[in-house]
Amino acid sequence: MPYPSDRKYTKEHEWIQVNGNSATVGITDYAQESLGDIVFVETPKVGAELTAGKTFGTVESVKAVSDLFAPASGTVTEVNADLATSPEKVNKDAHGSWMVKMTLKNPADVDALLSAADYEKFVAEEAGH
Amino acid sequence: MSSVEAPAIRKTALNGVHRQMGAKMVEFNGWDMPVEYPASLGGGIISEHMAVRTGVGIFDVSHMGDIRLAGPQALAAVQHISMNDASKLAIGQAQYSALLYPQGTFVDDVIVHRLGEDEYLLVINAGTREKDFSWVRDNTHQFDCKVENLSDDYTQIAIQGPKAVDLLQKLTDADLSAVKFYWVTRGKLCGLPNILLGRTGYTAEDGFEIYIPADESTSARVWNEILAAGREFGVVACGLGSRNTLRLEGKLPLYGHEISDTINVWEAGLDRFCKMEKPEFVGREALEKAKAAGVKRALVGLEMTERGIARDEYKVQNESGQEIGYVTSGSPGPFLKKNIALVYVPIEQSAVGTKLKVEIRGQGVGAVVVSTPFYKRPKKDSPLRTQRSTEV
Repeated sequence: MPYPSDRKYTKEHEWIQVNGNSATVGITDYAQESLGDIVFVETPKVGAELTAGKTFGTVESVKAVSDLFAPASGTVTEVNADLATSPEKVNKDAHGSWMVKMTLKNPADVDALLSAADYEKFVAEEAGH
Repeated sequence: MSSVEAPAIRKTALNGVHRQMGAKMVEFNGWDMPVEYPASLGGGIISEHMAVRTGVGIFDVSHMGDIRLAGPQALAAVQHISMNDASKLAIGQAQYSALLYPQGTFVDDVIVHRLGEDEYLLVINAGTREKDFSWVRDNTHQFDCKVENLSDDYTQIAIQGPKAVDLLQKLTDADLSAVKFYWVTRGKLCGLPNILLGRTGYTAEDGFEIYIPADESTSARVWNEILAAGREFGVVACGLGSRNTLRLEGKLPLYGHEISDTINVWEAGLDRFCKMEKPEFVGREALEKAKAAGVKRALVGLEMTERGIARDEYKVQNESGQEIGYVTSGSPGPFLKKNIALVYVPIEQSAVGTKLKVEIRGQGVGAVVVSTPFYKRPKKDSPLRTQRSTEV
């Protein structure tokens, strides 16, 4: 599936959509497909500090717990309330289901991340194993 | 060149079919098995689980093992190694039991089927095939009885759910309505003669387990015929993911979790399958002593009362946050829509209603001891398919 080009991607299967000094973060369609039915998402509280590359929460499927890794450093400004009541929405539309909104400490962090095309290639290689 | 080779992963005869269907595969106790099927086929753990609770689902359970005991002293042999009373079995009847070590702990749990006058079939777990066969052979040589490992001879398919019997009846000339739960019959199935059909399962639903020849083409043909015949009932192929959530809701034990070689029958709460009135069986003496000494811990059911999912091996705490036990199996219960777990705790903390916590990523999350099984299937023809009352 084509990955939206309005955002960047990480090798841990998160996406980040930048808007000036703020950004929106979620997980990719590949991630939700690999996880299976998502039943629980644990996110940090508003005001929490995120560090690029470090874990900031967990997403749980029926069988497993997976860490969420921050694509960039910054501060959480909003958390998607839907996640607590309807985590399955992430399965239905991973790219349309955001998890956290944040202000970016260093917007240049995002430049180093994968483009949609690079992520697609990365996923194709991973799926091939 | 390495002198130690890792054992090759084992595959059932249906492995190719699962892969062709696009199932997500996982290694389970040395076997390459489907964990769930694609959403396009009605799969996904939750969807498969719900199909079994409300309609019908089918499982490849060929990884399980089969040991046949036959001969003039077959009953005596079974009575010696099995804790339940096999002398109560009529021909065609089955019972849940366990093989115990002399310490009264578990070698494995098992379903004992009486297939003939002096013929018994033990169906055992996948991960314990070789261990169990050696155990049975070594502990029955004093009896005039032949012990055979038939595990590789059968493809075993479980058909489970309220519509399972209707589905299977389309494919066999055996009168399934005459077969009570935990009884078996033989009949022609998909053109194959004399197939063993057992009204047993591991889902806490009605259903059958069938034993067909293990060659790939027969196995694939029958699997596909079952799926075709089941279309009108909304049949769905189910993997190990839903198999686990289904058995957990029904409080059915899994070897290595609720039962193991360090857990005894009383702790596991399997008293009713252990017939101490039998004068002798392996483990009886130790169990008598353990009962007299007082049982120290118990397996109980927990329901999470705060947000969080208790998972295998997570620590259980008392209300003050002190570690008192551990989770043997924990997961969301898709039908119950609750997060549930089976845990071992000290007997003093085992009463229904006891408030406990489960440590999840460093935090104690609230839970309560509830009665089990978490789910019990409604009586036949009941319009209700509901969970156990949550009144505590």
